[in-house]
Amino acid sequence: MARLTFSGGIHPYDGKDMSKSKPIKDVDPKGELVYPLSQHIGTPAKPVVAKGDHVLAGQLIAEAGGFVSAPIYASVSGTVKGIEPRRVVTGDNVMSIVIENDGAYEEVEWPAAIDFDSEEYASMTKEEKLERIRKAGIVGMGGAGFPTAVKLSPKEPEKIEYVIVNCAECEPYLTSDYRKMLEEPERLIGGLKIALSLFDNARGILAVEDNKPDCITRLKHLTKNETKITVKALKTKYPQGSERQLIFAATGRAINSSMLPSDVGCIVNNVDTVIAIYNAVMEGKPLMYRIVTVTGDAIADPRNFRVRIGTIYEELVEEAGGFKEPPVKIISGGPMMGFGIFDLKVPTTKTSSALLCMTKDDVSAMEPSACINCGKCVEVCPGRVVPKKLAEYAEHYDEEAFVKNNGMECCECGCCSYICPAKRPLTQTIKSMRRMQLAKKKK
Amino acid sequence: MSQLMKVSSNPHVRSHITTSNIMLAVIIALLPAAGFGIYNFGLDALILILVTVATTVLTEYIYEKLMHKPVTIGDYSAVVTGLLLALNLPSTAPWWIGVVGGIFAILVVKMLFGGLGQNFMNPALGARCFLLISYTSIMCNFNTDAYSGATPLAQLKAGENVDILKMVIGKTAGTIGETSMIAIVIGACFLILLGVIDLRIPGTYIVTFIVFLCLFGGRGFDPAFISAHLAGGGLMLGAFFMATDYVTRPVTKKGQYLYGVLLGILTGVFRLFGPSAEGVSYAIILGNLLVPLIEKITMPKPFGKGGEHA
Repeated sequence: MARLTFSGGIHPYDGKDMSKSKPIKDVDPKGELVYPLSQHIGTPAKPVVAKGDHVLAGQLIAEAGGFVSAPIYASVSGTVKGIEPRRVVTGDNVMSIVIENDGAYEEVEWPAAIDFDSEEYASMTKEEKLERIRKAGIVGMGGAGFPTAVKLSPKEPEKIEYVIVNCAECEPYLTSDYRKMLEEPERLIGGLKIALSLFDNARGILAVEDNKPDCITRLKHLTKNETKITVKALKTKYPQGSERQLIFAATGRAINSSMLPSDVGCIVNNVDTVIAIYNAVMEGKPLMYRIVTVTGDAIADPRNFRVRIGTIYEELVEEAGGFKEPPVKIISGGPMMGFGIFDLKVPTTKTSSALLCMTKDDVSAMEPSACINCGKCVEVCPGRVVPKKLAEYAEHYDEEAFVKNNGMECCECGCCSYICPAKRPLTQTIKSMRRMQLAKKKK
Repeated sequence: MSQLMKVSSNPHVRSHITTSNIMLAVIIALLPAAGFGIYNFGLDALILILVTVATTVLTEYIYEKLMHKPVTIGDYSAVVTGLLLALNLPSTAPWWIGVVGGIFAILVVKMLFGGLGQNFMNPALGARCFLLISYTSIMCNFNTDAYSGATPLAQLKAGENVDILKMVIGKTAGTIGETSMIAIVIGACFLILLGVIDLRIPGTYIVTFIVFLCLFGGRGFDPAFISAHLAGGGLMLGAFFMATDYVTRPVTKKGQYLYGVLLGILTGVFRLFGPSAEGVSYAIILGNLLVPLIEKITMPKPFGKGGEHA
């Protein structure tokens, strides 16, 4: 059988060996914690606490600001220091709730945990489950941050045929999903079962890249009695975990930029998100933690941490033994899709997956030169567009040609910029033009 | 933190393939053909190669200095042009032919159109055609100490018999680099293994040409006739090293197949029905001119709009 994949894609150095064998370690933050009110797609959350309030871990501090929005919970106990603009990973200043950690980690009282055999679970309606997910503040933790409860409420739920868990983790260096799959596979499968119970006609797929054979074996073993769940091994290739490419590899269905996965009967969720669904529905716990890989050749002891959301990145570097060499480039997220940051005093959010500290920067080390029309960008483009031409149109601000030649179909995965022998910033150029076009459409 | 961090838009990593690596690979791949040319035609060939390469590199350097542009000879593309041009010259040509051709290739065909990546036709081939028209007798003089008279293709056209084995090895009259099919194919295999070129264009080019020969060659499916046509003239050098020139071939996959077919037909037409025995250079140059049109009609379908299986 041909290996499940898509056409195009690249094989960058994956760097996962640095941190993949390190079990998840809990980190207790020392200083203040910062909770940006906008750490999801949609309307920013509205604060429900004021300066000086004492809060407990697990207490609601900001409620959803609308339908497409998500509430935010405190991850430590302490005092609200203020609500003020703070810098986030993208470099923007975002209104944030700042909490001074009192070090006691006093938690709110949790409801009793239930299991799949309990009467309470059996009597829970779909709406109640969705309500728990919504109230827990769960968003897509793969990076986009789209509110999960909204994603799980498509217009026609009976038309959903596949709930896919994105276990690809195709982004180089990241091992947080890998560790979660190894350490908490029961919760992962439990979360998927809950998601499946929302859709009468859906089957579940755990889509794992085949560079994680141990996860595949483990998950296959644990799901052997689950008739509705299959584990699928996908070819290891970037961007296998990109939503459109993942759906295609797992089901053979293809969507373009103007379609939603639900248009072809699919819903895709990230590993961490699915585990959060389990925690919310079965244990009544809101989203307070996330797993962050702290790695890179500048880090003394690369590790995977269970981080209380809101912890400042700088503390994670200390926990990982500090820098063994001065870093030149620091990235929040992976090297393909992450944000280059210039300040470690920014908070982790619901969508933080990694902190990558590198001693060299490919981008500034390699000067762009003339395009020689080699066509490598065309070969690797998973969107099947012609990046070289799109970048040309974008440079000349030729909107008409850009849109006509499918510029809007670019998924900004970065393969073209990675492969380009002339080191041209193709993705970046195309991205700027796309953003301008999208902004125009909104008006 | 004490020092400033580098900040840029994602992606933050780059592959190790560079323009100069690619050009260097092409130069290495051309060495077997060049080496055989020197072995076959002697010192004259070596001198002509050196003069032509020196001219192309110097022309690019001087032009960029005079125009106050960044000097780009470090990408080795001028070396590739010079080497390809020299391999397309007869060893009997005087040294100044290399100089004139080299200057024309770089100055007129490449730099005046904007330099690397902007030329609409292959500089080496453009220069060769310029020389063929301007200095026909010099460019068609294949009489050397070792060989007298016509190239195998000219003999074939005149209805004479040719020695195919000699043609494959390259012990025949011709331009410096085109005679040895074996040397060219060795270089081409090297490039294919490195992933610098693929078989899309050379493959369709050669197959189309064979089909064309069978249909219109007047000899039906005659293996000897076909092999002679494949091994003779500039077909191998053209198909693997000049039709695959990145800058002047279509960038779309479908376009590359179409381009290969077009070159096969044009070469067949020129060789069988034209006044000259050769046709590869003109076929590729004509193909180059059609590239923008080919790209326009072969833009791929994007993922999710029918292009996902491509």
